[in-house]
Amino acid sequence: MNKTKLSVKNLNLFYGDFQALKNIDLEVESNKITALIGPSGCGKSTFLKTLNRMNDLVENVKIEGKVTLDGEDVYNNIDVIKLRKRVGMVFQKPNPFPMSIYDNVAYGPRAHGIKRKSKLDEIVETSLKQAAIWDEVKDRLNQNALGLSGGQQQRLCIARALAVNPEVLLMDEPTSALDPIATQKIEELTEELKEKYTIVIVTHSMQQAGRISDNTAFFLLGEVIEFSETAKIFSNPEDKRTEDYITGRFG
Amino acid sequence: MESKEEIRQSVRNREDSMEENKLQNFIEKIIENIFFISACMAIISVAVISVFIFYKGGPAIFQIGVKEFLTGTTWQPLGDYFGILPMIIGSIYATIGAIIIGVPIGILTAVFIAELAPEWIQNIVRPSVELLAGIPSVVYGFFGLLVFVPFIADTLGGAGNSLLAASVILGIMILPTVINISVTSLNSVPKEYKEGSLAMGASHIQTIFKVMIPAAKSGILAAVILGIGRAIGETMAVILVAGNTPLIPDSLTDPIRTMTANIALEMGYAYGLHQEALFATGVILFIFIMILNIMLNLFTNKAGE
Repeated sequence: MNKTKLSVKNLNLFYGDFQALKNIDLEVESNKITALIGPSGCGKSTFLKTLNRMNDLVENVKIEGKVTLDGEDVYNNIDVIKLRKRVGMVFQKPNPFPMSIYDNVAYGPRAHGIKRKSKLDEIVETSLKQAAIWDEVKDRLNQNALGLSGGQQQRLCIARALAVNPEVLLMDEPTSALDPIATQKIEELTEELKEKYTIVIVTHSMQQAGRISDNTAFFLLGEVIEFSETAKIFSNPEDKRTEDYITGRFG
Repeated sequence: MESKEEIRQSVRNREDSMEENKLQNFIEKIIENIFFISACMAIISVAVISVFIFYKGGPAIFQIGVKEFLTGTTWQPLGDYFGILPMIIGSIYATIGAIIIGVPIGILTAVFIAELAPEWIQNIVRPSVELLAGIPSVVYGFFGLLVFVPFIADTLGGAGNSLLAASVILGIMILPTVINISVTSLNSVPKEYKEGSLAMGASHIQTIFKVMIPAAKSGILAAVILGIGRAIGETMAVILVAGNTPLIPDSLTDPIRTMTANIALEMGYAYGLHQEALFATGVILFIFIMILNIMLNLFTNKAGE
């Protein structure tokens, strides 16, 4: 019984005259990790940002087609603030705010109106535990988050995203700025997180997609060339171009 | 044989090119020195002005008595009373008034320009702000005298020449400083912060007040301090609207005299101890400005970290 969380139908995206995404159809399953792979500039990050409407920030963007979250049209029926609360995001470069670790995690809940200290304390602790960073920071919650290492900052950003209790977590190359050990920690973390959350992850590393994801979509020049179970894509790709990319013939 | 000749020739060539190099180095040195001398002009000016003011004004402070000079409430040069407390308070009050009026408007305008305004409105607001910075201060004073002073006299009573009028005019005059520097510091907030906040479902306004302004804090503080410097040093506009009575004001509608006005109004005819007392007023003003500059350096250094 695989339930569809996000469904994308016939999505086209234009930056001015340039078409960045072409006729994308994709189904993201609940409590699975969906990886988006492909060479630089193929549109995978752009696609990820259509899922929580972060492309709204870019000028001259035109989006056609339909994106639904649990059947609700993301571009028509849902308030963008509620959408982003339900669909959280972790960025390529760790971007904690220049404030304390506690305030970083409490930022989202506060923005959504939670004021009680005891409630905030609880959310901060749970979120940091979920992001597997609680033990490292529990004694210095009031220190500036910018003092953490890159890997810790990224896990803090994951905790911050989890603090608003999202349903989907979008990750845009979350480990590309991190060392191998920090990367491994984040990968292990995603395995745990998929119990509760649906994860869509953009990655440059095919090994990473192979290690952690359930489904994989291969993007090339704004199109989804192939989308299926990760095991199948890596062992028995249908399209020649997918095979070429995976075997490292270009990329 | 021929090869020897060639070697000699090449040595000669090298000597020629060394001559050229020497000339080039010499020109380089001269140009470097011109830059150095230009830089020195600023330092020398500051040094000379400081020495001059302290030399002319310093002794007067001690002759009058530090306590009498700083805390005396009577300024009557003819009776040899040189207490500048009313002027110190006048300057401080007028500056505080300018901050209360100018800083909130300035910061909100900066937020509007940096974050909210569509481009065509930005294209109107930004040049207007720049124009505001270019208007001569005497014009501000004239405008205040014709518009604010009668308005205050009609609505609040009194002569109209008042602390309130000075505060309003100074508040407008510091706007360009506060706005331009705040816009710059808001624009330099990394866009990742903004994205991070929006991606969590915070609204744009929440993002501005909870993330962007705090992140731009030290730049905005620098803007405010520069604005204070402008307000405290302003002379001409204040003279025209403030009333210039050397008394401590009791209300917003009372006239004030600032330290700068004190110097500018009386320097023309003062001599002897009176003239020195005016220089001494300059010393106190100078100390105020130095304190502000030190604060500014502290904040901007912090911003650099």
